[in-house]
Amino acid sequence: MLSRYRREGAAALAYLALLLVVAGVAPSFYSAANLRDLVLNNAPVLVAATGMTLVILVGQIDISIGAQFAICSVVAGWLAKAGAPMPALAAAVALAGGLMGAVGGGLVAGLGIPSIVVTLAMMVALRDGLRWATEGKWVQNLPENFQWFGLGQGAGQWLIAAIALGIFVAFAWGMSNLAAGRAVYATGSDAEAARLASLNPQRVTFGVFVLMGMLAGVGALLNSIRFSDVQSNAGVGLELKAIAAVVVGGTSITGGRGSLVGTLIGVALLGTIGTALTFMGINPYWEKAIQGAIILAAVVSEKFLGRNGRDGS
Amino acid sequence: MPLLRAISITKSFAGVRALRGVDLELQEAEVHALVGENGAGKSTLIKIITGAVEPDAGTIEVNGRAIENNNPALARSLGIAAIYQQPALFPDLTVTENIALGLEQGGSWRRIDWRKRRRQARELMGLIGAGINPERPVSSLTMPEQQIVEIARALGTGANILIMDEPTASLSDREVENLFRMIRELRARRVGIIYISHRLDELFAVADRVTVLRDGQTIATRRMAEVTRAELIRLMVGRELAAVFPKRQVPIGDVLLETRDLGCRAAGVHGVNLSVRAGEILGLAGLAGSGRTELARILFGLTPADSGQISVRGVAARIASPQQAIRLGLAYVPEDRRRHGVILEMPVSANTTLAILPTLSRSGFLDSKSERIIAAGYAARLGVKTPSLFAPVGNLSGGNQQKVALGRWLATDPAVIILDEPTQGIDVGAKAEIHRLMGDLAERGLGIIMISSELPEILGMSDRIAVMHEGTIVGVLDRAEATQQRILELALGRQAAEPTNRTHA
Repeated sequence: MLSRYRREGAAALAYLALLLVVAGVAPSFYSAANLRDLVLNNAPVLVAATGMTLVILVGQIDISIGAQFAICSVVAGWLAKAGAPMPALAAAVALAGGLMGAVGGGLVAGLGIPSIVVTLAMMVALRDGLRWATEGKWVQNLPENFQWFGLGQGAGQWLIAAIALGIFVAFAWGMSNLAAGRAVYATGSDAEAARLASLNPQRVTFGVFVLMGMLAGVGALLNSIRFSDVQSNAGVGLELKAIAAVVVGGTSITGGRGSLVGTLIGVALLGTIGTALTFMGINPYWEKAIQGAIILAAVVSEKFLGRNGRDGS
Repeated sequence: MPLLRAISITKSFAGVRALRGVDLELQEAEVHALVGENGAGKSTLIKIITGAVEPDAGTIEVNGRAIENNNPALARSLGIAAIYQQPALFPDLTVTENIALGLEQGGSWRRIDWRKRRRQARELMGLIGAGINPERPVSSLTMPEQQIVEIARALGTGANILIMDEPTASLSDREVENLFRMIRELRARRVGIIYISHRLDELFAVADRVTVLRDGQTIATRRMAEVTRAELIRLMVGRELAAVFPKRQVPIGDVLLETRDLGCRAAGVHGVNLSVRAGEILGLAGLAGSGRTELARILFGLTPADSGQISVRGVAARIASPQQAIRLGLAYVPEDRRRHGVILEMPVSANTTLAILPTLSRSGFLDSKSERIIAAGYAARLGVKTPSLFAPVGNLSGGNQQKVALGRWLATDPAVIILDEPTQGIDVGAKAEIHRLMGDLAERGLGIIMISSELPEILGMSDRIAVMHEGTIVGVLDRAEATQQRILELALGRQAAEPTNRTHA
């Protein structure tokens, strides 16, 4: 049982070590305000990385989620200025993301085009489409009742964290307790075997891309309500953050193996490291280099910890 | 002096003896046929001659000189070239470029003289009398044209020992005639050719001598003119039934599955009439490529039929997807279980229930308690040896993996189960267990279709034996009347009469 989670365990140990070092060197890191900022900054990433875990588990990749995130953010801003009530606005944003996911998923699952190509094209098209639509302008002067869900900063912050965590828990539970979760793992391990077992790998793949889009939308909403205006270049690099978190969390980049718990650890580890460096008085320019090193360490250890049983027997 | 000699070649793979003392001799300007059933050792012998596989013992001599430490590059430099059923060319490169790759030697940084290469390519094509434009990309050529390019490439490297493995498998009659003309042309140029084919009639048309392999041994080498088709088949079979098969007599019930004129153009299967009854094991025999697996995939809805009818328990049915097949009570345990029969990363329990997820879950929610009960039940019933139900199937032995695959399909409660090479690559003990399980299933009234390349297994386990050849069933034999000889005669093609076209003999 334990050996099945050793990749997640390795990431968790690394995170624990980081937290201990920070506790020793810079205890001020553990101030309530700093922790709150960390959670808020990483809540949208966690939501996106949850979707990305599914995409990678099913054996695909989606690098257009940053662009989808930007479009959903702007849509949220426009709807807020048009006076849309929050529930309708949230539904519309998720729908917009789902539609974009459906386009990508349709091309990948229906036509069998490699997802890296499809989502690369979508990333470029969506970003430039958005720039054309907004002329690069931010959506400004958002109404009071949009920010913090209209609940004020205190309650709003709690709600953001609760929603992100709730989505994560629901998906983590679903992946092991729903037939659909099983189908995701089966498809990612061996799509032909899944087909022979009377599953429908194409439908599974399509569904995962739609979910990814919807989660990108939700993440965009959780991010936009924290500010008084929406940047039209929101979510730049989000796809890389999400993919990195999934990989660091021990999910196999070729699909079929991994868990959402690992992704949570991955998001926490990569999300904390930058702030932790600042608190420890290390030049924050090191952040990216260290993140890169962590990702490399994760994939290299996958090589050694990973495939037990596959080649041996 | 013979051009090529293989002397007492022995080779084992993971304890299984593929070759045990094979001898073969090829003369200059000779077409030497190599025949034998599936698994007789032809491919292994070829791989050893071309240096792809190292023999455990024995020698290969070229022009009387023993080759030490054979490898593909060495074999090529000694003039050995092989042409396989599926041309091994680079589809995106032109004919010239493909031929040039064979000619190129020396370091990676040498400049290629394209003008010279183009001239050589054209010369080579002219040499074998083919009018193919050398600037065409290989992907635009037909299959026989690609074969010609391969032959040209082999000749370009100065090959005088040519091995052709089933070269006519995908050719039309006229294309076969062209190929034979080319082969005779090559023979006139003193090239020695080892010619492998399941189409015995062709051998009489093109070969000078024939060597028969059986169970990894050389059985005989004869002059083609002095041997008959029936004699060849007799030499190819004639094996003792090695294993004892626990075939049990069970009452045969109603027809469960029947097809009439079933076919699928894309799968190359046509006009299939078969029936399976409750309690019956129908053996499906045939050579590799005869369409057995393709037929199974049609029945299971993976490549749906485009002609003919299927009826299940006497009711006409349409099977367009595996889901429909399962609903009708069909199950298919695929060939090559390591790749598609089980999912290696997944635990035993999830593998067992993968095909019954819809019935195991209520509105999408998995019932993990019944999953455990079901998985534990099949693991116990089938005797799956596993440390735990949650161990990945990849950690189990081949026989146990196959049992998990079988359990997955028994969990769907099928009426008819199709087993594709159910005992391929598993050890003797596990094999006997699988056979015993098949007997149990038949006893409980399942209809079983068993695809197998092992004639003793087919003869030992089947109540009736359907033999496939070139995409259709060419004969059905009862258990009592079936012999290896009769099966092979059917599998090699319908006409049992002596061929008349001994053009060169």
